[in-house]
Amino acid sequence: MADIITTPHISGHADHHDVDYLHDGKGLKSWLTTVDHKRIGIMYLWSILFMFFLGGVFAMMIRLELLTPKQTIMSAETYNKVFTLHGAIMVFLFIIPSVPAALANFVLPLMLGAKDVAFPKLNLFSWYIYMAGALIAIAAMVTGGVDTGWTFYTPYSTTTDGSVALMTFAAFVLGFSSILTGVNFVATIHKLRAPGMGWFDMPLFCWGIYATALIQVLATPVLAITLLLLIMERTFGIGIFDPKLGGDPVLFQHFFWFYSHPAVYIMILPGMAIISEIIPTFSQKTIFGYRAIAFSSVAIALVSFIVWGHHMFTSGQSQLASAIFSFITFFVAVPSAIKTFNWIVTMYKGSVAFNAPMLYALSFLLLFGIGGLTGIFLGAVSVDIHLHDTYFVVAHFHYVMMGSTVIAFLGGLHYWWPKMFGRMYNESAAKVACALVFIGFNATFLPQFVLGSRGMPRRYYNYLPEFQFLHQASTVGSWILGLGFLIMAGYLFASLRKKMDAPANPWHSRTLEWQTASPPITHNFHEVPSVGGGPYDYYRPVGQGRNA
Amino acid sequence: MDSIRHWMLGPQGSAYANDVDVLYMFLVWLSVFFFALIVFLTVYFAWKYRRRKEGVLTPNIGHNLALELLWSIVPLIIVMGIFFWGFNDYVRASVAPNDAIEIHVTGKKWLWAFEYPDGTRTIGNLHVPVNRPVKLILTSEDVLHDFYIPSMRQKTDVIPGRFVDLTFTPTVPGRHQVFCAEYCGKSHSDMMANLFVDSPEAYEKWLVEGDPELQTMPPVEVGKLVYENKGCNSCHSIDGSKNTGPSFKGLYGRLEKFTDGSTVTVDDNYIAESINNPQARIVAGYEPVMPTFQGLLRIPEMRGIIAYIKELK
Repeated sequence: MADIITTPHISGHADHHDVDYLHDGKGLKSWLTTVDHKRIGIMYLWSILFMFFLGGVFAMMIRLELLTPKQTIMSAETYNKVFTLHGAIMVFLFIIPSVPAALANFVLPLMLGAKDVAFPKLNLFSWYIYMAGALIAIAAMVTGGVDTGWTFYTPYSTTTDGSVALMTFAAFVLGFSSILTGVNFVATIHKLRAPGMGWFDMPLFCWGIYATALIQVLATPVLAITLLLLIMERTFGIGIFDPKLGGDPVLFQHFFWFYSHPAVYIMILPGMAIISEIIPTFSQKTIFGYRAIAFSSVAIALVSFIVWGHHMFTSGQSQLASAIFSFITFFVAVPSAIKTFNWIVTMYKGSVAFNAPMLYALSFLLLFGIGGLTGIFLGAVSVDIHLHDTYFVVAHFHYVMMGSTVIAFLGGLHYWWPKMFGRMYNESAAKVACALVFIGFNATFLPQFVLGSRGMPRRYYNYLPEFQFLHQASTVGSWILGLGFLIMAGYLFASLRKKMDAPANPWHSRTLEWQTASPPITHNFHEVPSVGGGPYDYYRPVGQGRNA
Repeated sequence: MDSIRHWMLGPQGSAYANDVDVLYMFLVWLSVFFFALIVFLTVYFAWKYRRRKEGVLTPNIGHNLALELLWSIVPLIIVMGIFFWGFNDYVRASVAPNDAIEIHVTGKKWLWAFEYPDGTRTIGNLHVPVNRPVKLILTSEDVLHDFYIPSMRQKTDVIPGRFVDLTFTPTVPGRHQVFCAEYCGKSHSDMMANLFVDSPEAYEKWLVEGDPELQTMPPVEVGKLVYENKGCNSCHSIDGSKNTGPSFKGLYGRLEKFTDGSTVTVDDNYIAESINNPQARIVAGYEPVMPTFQGLLRIPEMRGIIAYIKELK
């Protein structure tokens, strides 16, 4: 059991004279017309990171305003626009495309041993659609802004001033980008796996992205229709949602959450998918319960379509509906528990290294634990009635969206950064940043569980003096969090100014994206890789697959 | 234990609030247990099996059926129990007993109005007798609102064009906080109300006489209370700053210009007209958004608000 791993044969090594994808074509035009999934992934990466920065600035403004009750730095109208933009940008322009469109675009074909995605031009087209949606969203911000909250609840959204129609149109456009990416990945996973790679030989990342892509393709059209109806109602006054026009405002909530609940899993499943890669690599250990993790991704995707009513326990829906939705909601807890224990047990008898990606994965286990357990509170109807629309909900979904998905995204970014750019970042700085993000995140959001339990409603500009201490603790936490991100931006940018120094496989992983050079050559591999074993065969020496 | 509960959840106002808190605290301890388990296993495995030597091979442990069944079935049983517990409490609390007092509630931007069985109407203050079930029947005049009484652990969305109801049986006399918990625009966070739980005698007396302080207080102070409790403050400032409506500062005796070009010098009658029929004349530069308060202010309250505005020079 103590054999030394021999250096793997690196296809795309220097004895071939191919240029890497970053240097294959120069100038802006070569990027804007590329159909290389790696370049498109990088373009997505910079786009979403810019949006993450923008949404983050709005988040810091929210926390600063809440330092004191009444006015601190902005008026109530501005505050309402700021929290709306924070939510809309983070959900539609950052988190949803973050892992699939940016990271998976880059690594999914490599992991499958493919040259590219199934439809490379469609892939580029979906980036252009994303950019169009982003520009429309920015246009909506500067031409009056939006103060509806990212949920656009009617009839407030059909009657308030501002660029609501433009902002919903932006979300409508962004939906198509999401759908096309999903279609592309489904086709890629079905058709472009390397010879010998069966479904259960795929890295679990591919399973997670596959489940995500299914939801993107099936649920996003419902959002598109809903937003179109909202735009029609605002623009032409057709009465679908506004009771003054004969409509039903609660119908909007059903439509909206029929998409937006599955969208929660569009956000979390890719995060789980990354964790399923990082933990085996840094434990140098076979993943525990491969099939259980793969099937629980698909199970979560399916169940996600029939739990939307748990966002509406106080909406006036019937008690029977609340009972059914509560009952089904609890089934999500089971696959989540299965995955968590599988990841933890994977470390058992492994060889665990604490590089930055692994620190993010370990943070994920703890933060997802809190996010998942507090979800149980909200699934129980009687407790949810009290906690609904309070800061408890805000804290819960930030633990899932940010504490889990964004932390996993950061883990993935640090994991694949050497592969994407051929450069190592400063590992010590990365550990410091990870620690600050972890501490800052908890300091920001743990107090909000108590705020919400004590009755502090969300989306409040002004609040009772008794809540001030907890709000201030939360605001101070946001500064620590912000500092962590500043340091991260610093060492990541600094690494790009260095000479390329990353080895092909710095983490000694067994999945295929590490079997080509860092950064990879344009066509990914010199020869189509032949897959002889599983992606996590850390129990046998490299190159001794089951067919080798 | 009880101090932890009180710190996390705040005061209780009914027996049902205690039922909710018992489940909540059960979930807290359950979460603490599982979180501690996750932290312990994570830290223990990560540290015990930390990398001591590069390039070692590790045992192939693919899965373990007994272990996997354990961590599938145990959580399933626990969450099913929680489902029945939460749902059972919820249904019990949703059904109003036959002897419940029915009070109608109207939400509008940005105030709460109440109408009692005897026709009494109030804004911002809801009075109920202690130990008697109350059934609120709620609707909205404009957008979605949400009537939330944290101490009763109860809330419901308030929907335009529809009636919903909310039931609670207060057992703790005194003032309880009411919030609007569904985002409704600019003054959403100021759309609060007071729930006063009175003794049965005090409640009956209040229905006849109104707020006791109104009887003895100077009109200016009555006016200040009206300003704060009946929602004037969500649109009218008292420091001269512009808000949804004109500021009250220096209003009395001022020459106001209307959208139709006419003018008036503000006096008692103009203020009364603006309260009872706010759409009659709209001050230039403002939107016609104020709801009518016809019948919602008692005469001492009307006198009070006029006196209060007079004072704000």
